[in-house]
Amino acid sequence: MINALQDIFTPSNTKYLLTGLLYTILVSIVTVGVSTVFGTVLALLRNYERRFIGKIAGAYIEIFRNTPLLLWIMICLFVMRFGTTFFRGTLGLTLYTSSVVAEIIRGGLNSVDKGQFEAAQSQGFGKIAMFIWIILPQTFIRVVPSLMSQVVTTIKDTSFFSGYAIAEMFYRGKVLLAKLPGQGATITGTHTLVTYGSVALIYFAVNFILSCVVRRMMRRKSS
Amino acid sequence: MTGRGPFAPWRWELLWNDKAVLLDGFVTTLLVSALALCAALLLGVAFGLSGTSQKKVLRGINRVYVEFFQNIPLLVQVFFIYNAFPLMGIRWSTFMIGVIGVGIYHGAYVSEVIRAGIRSIPRGQSDAAKSQGFNYFQTMAYVILPQTIKIILPPLTNQAVNLIKNTSVLTTLSGLDLMYRADSWASQGTLSYGPAYVCAGVLYFVICFPLATWARWYERRIKAREHIQLSEDAEKDLMMIAEEVIG
Repeated sequence: MINALQDIFTPSNTKYLLTGLLYTILVSIVTVGVSTVFGTVLALLRNYERRFIGKIAGAYIEIFRNTPLLLWIMICLFVMRFGTTFFRGTLGLTLYTSSVVAEIIRGGLNSVDKGQFEAAQSQGFGKIAMFIWIILPQTFIRVVPSLMSQVVTTIKDTSFFSGYAIAEMFYRGKVLLAKLPGQGATITGTHTLVTYGSVALIYFAVNFILSCVVRRMMRRKSS
Repeated sequence: MTGRGPFAPWRWELLWNDKAVLLDGFVTTLLVSALALCAALLLGVAFGLSGTSQKKVLRGINRVYVEFFQNIPLLVQVFFIYNAFPLMGIRWSTFMIGVIGVGIYHGAYVSEVIRAGIRSIPRGQSDAAKSQGFNYFQTMAYVILPQTIKIILPPLTNQAVNLIKNTSVLTTLSGLDLMYRADSWASQGTLSYGPAYVCAGVLYFVICFPLATWARWYERRIKAREHIQLSEDAEKDLMMIAEEVIG
């Protein structure tokens, strides 16, 4: 056990793994950020646009929400023919996450009091100005905890990249295990256990802290 | 074989000839989903009950289970079972890993739903049952849990949808599920990823979409028809679960 820990967590290996964690977190934040923008557009269209384009937004949300994330990652990786693997993987994740975020935002929009719409209109706000200045700010304040918990979900989702040589944390964990013999270590079962176990623990630590923060915010919000 | 586009007609034709491959994967996905759902429900009820227990230890066990499995990616858990369990002498087929891995992971989410459902029933109900001579398990089985069903059915159905989608993790273990079959059919053949993925997507969709739509319809109907009076705590819990869109 001690041996395995010493073999695995050399300074350079530790740095390698933690850089993966950094990528994981960055990709997740960027994904949720972009998805929030795209999801807001989808949510607004689905909720308030009764014509063709609203229907398309609805169809988009339903299609992406009812098919596996892995499908969209694979479609972006193997069917599309532009950009780097990293970009296409993140694109797949973002397209999928947008549909989830759109439903979160729609929940927020629906919880804004009807009177707010009427008040805005009575004050001469146009439709777009009303959403930007009156409705959306109230919506976003309400959905911040849900968006944060979406970050947790997305951090978990990025592990799907590991099968496709995108260097997030889980991929790096696997590579690390494969590189150990070359670093002069004799691989035992313990090495495998410790490597996968450590990666799992790091995910746990990050997500647990985040979800505690989310729960705190929700409790404060509802009291 | 003409046309190089990812969706060229001949690719569709090839897929049609090999449709048994995809259907085989579809059946595997359905089987894994059904069994994993059973496991998740059993675990969910057990840990949901422990989460509403009077005993601190039982509530602690519930928290550890839920936090542990919700905060580690399903893929990492499944990989751990696949790679590390054999070292400890436990060898499961990928099918079993799918059922157990996905079942335990979603069991954690289901137990949160059931916990919130139980908390939503006013305390008077279990007091009344006790005064009538019901013991704890009878109270739960005959009085409390039946009353929760209406409230928890929509979130449970959404969990089932997520569970079905998540069985696709088996693809990374060559688990012969629908996604894997579609992918390997394309990669080992003519690289016709386009049609294979589209068909796989359609098959997932025809299962998940009706479930998700039904859940939404049912929830709306219940809210409109019955003015269920929930305790304030329960309302908060259910709000949290509804807002937490779960992967």
